Amino acid sequence: MADETTIDSANETPETVDLWVAGTEEAEFQPTTEGDQEIGSAESKERLAEQFGSVVEDDYVFDDEVADDDRMIVNMGPQHPSTHGVLRLQIELEGEIIRRTKPIIGYLHTGMEKTAEQLTFGQGPTNVTRMDYLAPLHCELAYSLAVESLLGIEVPERAAAIRILMTELNRISSHLVALATNGMDIGALSMMLYGFRERESILAFFEKTTGLRMNHNYIRPGGVAADLAPGWKDDVSAILADLPGRLDQYDDLLKENPIWLARTRGVGVISQEEAIAFSITGPILRATGVDWDLRKVFPYSGIEKYEFEVITGENGDVYDRYRVRVLEIVESLKIVEQVMNAMPKGDYRVDDRKVTPPPRARIDESMEALIHHFKLFTEGFKVPPGETYVAVESPRGELGCYLVSDGKANPYRMHTRAPSFYNLQSLPITMADSLMADTVATIASMDPVMGDVDR
Amino acid sequence: MRSGTSGQIGWSGDWEPQMNQVLAGLAEGFEDVTFSQSQGQDIASVPAESWKAFAEAAKKAGFEVCCDVTAVDWMRQRPERFEIVANLLSMRHRIRLRVSTTIGREDPTVESLTPLWPGAGFAEREVYDMFGIIFDGHPDLTRILMPDDWDGHPLRKDFGVGSVPVQFKESHKVD
Repeated sequence: MADETTIDSANETPETVDLWVAGTEEAEFQPTTEGDQEIGSAESKERLAEQFGSVVEDDYVFDDEVADDDRMIVNMGPQHPSTHGVLRLQIELEGEIIRRTKPIIGYLHTGMEKTAEQLTFGQGPTNVTRMDYLAPLHCELAYSLAVESLLGIEVPERAAAIRILMTELNRISSHLVALATNGMDIGALSMMLYGFRERESILAFFEKTTGLRMNHNYIRPGGVAADLAPGWKDDVSAILADLPGRLDQYDDLLKENPIWLARTRGVGVISQEEAIAFSITGPILRATGVDWDLRKVFPYSGIEKYEFEVITGENGDVYDRYRVRVLEIVESLKIVEQVMNAMPKGDYRVDDRKVTPPPRARIDESMEALIHHFKLFTEGFKVPPGETYVAVESPRGELGCYLVSDGKANPYRMHTRAPSFYNLQSLPITMADSLMADTVATIASMDPVMGDVDR
Repeated sequence: MRSGTSGQIGWSGDWEPQMNQVLAGLAEGFEDVTFSQSQGQDIASVPAESWKAFAEAAKKAGFEVCCDVTAVDWMRQRPERFEIVANLLSMRHRIRLRVSTTIGREDPTVESLTPLWPGAGFAEREVYDMFGIIFDGHPDLTRILMPDDWDGHPLRKDFGVGSVPVQFKESHKVD
């Protein structure tokens, strides 16, 4: 009998149940108005000035002689390998020369600020770490510092030092990607391979420490998620020993390479006045010669204890941005070395039972610990009402977190001041009156992360 | 490449912590502006009428960067529903100032800061997109993150979070 049933069931296809929830059918296709191949018809005068890149400094030369036929509008992106994600540009060309640019963003918008209002303060880092996915630890740090500022707690010295160690390593890895993609976009393909190879050693260290290569959720309100793994000093020492020599190799490859110089010198220039007017921060601002670095001016997490220089450029072109990033890696290595040698002993989380979940072993022993564990992971901790704005220097510039609490366990409002969002706004200025062939070099040197732009 | 600069702006240039002088100078022309502190950060609460005038005075006083413009929807918690917040930064004096104003739900309109700081353009478009606040004088107040044909303003508190029902299909029948 048993044989028969198995034969029967083998011949029959398994019975399936279609659990279709009403109201989830796909909506009818409705074409949107996006995709117009016109960018001139309905723009205001001020808007045109912005697109022509002549808001702050009018260096636009308008040639009335050019017939309308000679102007062409080219749509670049959102699915273009050189737009670093899903950036879309509408570019008006006059022959080979770009006259007008209109960046169109929002293709990666996932409503993270709305999501943050649904998550508790403790769950928040899981959300913000996905914004700037090349510098996730900086996003977590800005958020955690904002929550701690509202809570009025101060993390132990070791936690602060671990945060600096991790964020500076993250800055190195992010700048390495910037160098790699910058090189690839301009044609130095080997730079791409080298950059990602070196980044891998840092990501391996991150994986060992946090459990993940990206989207770590490691820096949390009240400290960090886990202590550094045993043997971390050897890993960091290996990175410190390897990278300077590798950076010298990249300099051999690019620094005085005539092709590289021709493609980057004097390309995508932005002046100091324009950079400040357009709220540009980070390496792009420093490449124009302003030595503005939040790590020096508004130090956070004890970074004022470590010695490093602020690197500035002179011309604000693609080459200077590339040099600033290379030299910032060297400065970050200095910080990492100092943190490693002076890593304080102690706890890596704040000694506050209302914020820090109890260790696993305590839950079995203590009723109190069990209650705290349960409350912290279901309801979360309450944060006193107030508002705060905390900014850190991310690899792309000022990454700020504006946090409003109304006394509940969820933020009432969480807003991230995303550096890429503001840096991208200046694309029309940097690209006006340059060659179409330089577009990709300019975008790459801005180093936009679309997850950060659209959030 | 060099480190440090001789320019006026930047951390290595000459500077004095002039918070009190700068704020006192700002307060002079505006009697209806209240200054307060939250977590050690300075906040200036400005009536909506003098929003742009105060911003202009702040720019003259040395706040050359508008870091950020954002909004908070207070729904029924406060008499005026929307709070507009601009984060100003003075590189010269190395201070920050948060300027905020409130506007009601009937006519959520404030003057745009774009003529003063072109960098506020994207930020104000985002606030318009997310909260439906009109910035008077903005050159191109269109949606920036949401699709052009989107209904509603997602970051308002009365805009539902929305959820996608999970579709269970082709699941094997369990006897």
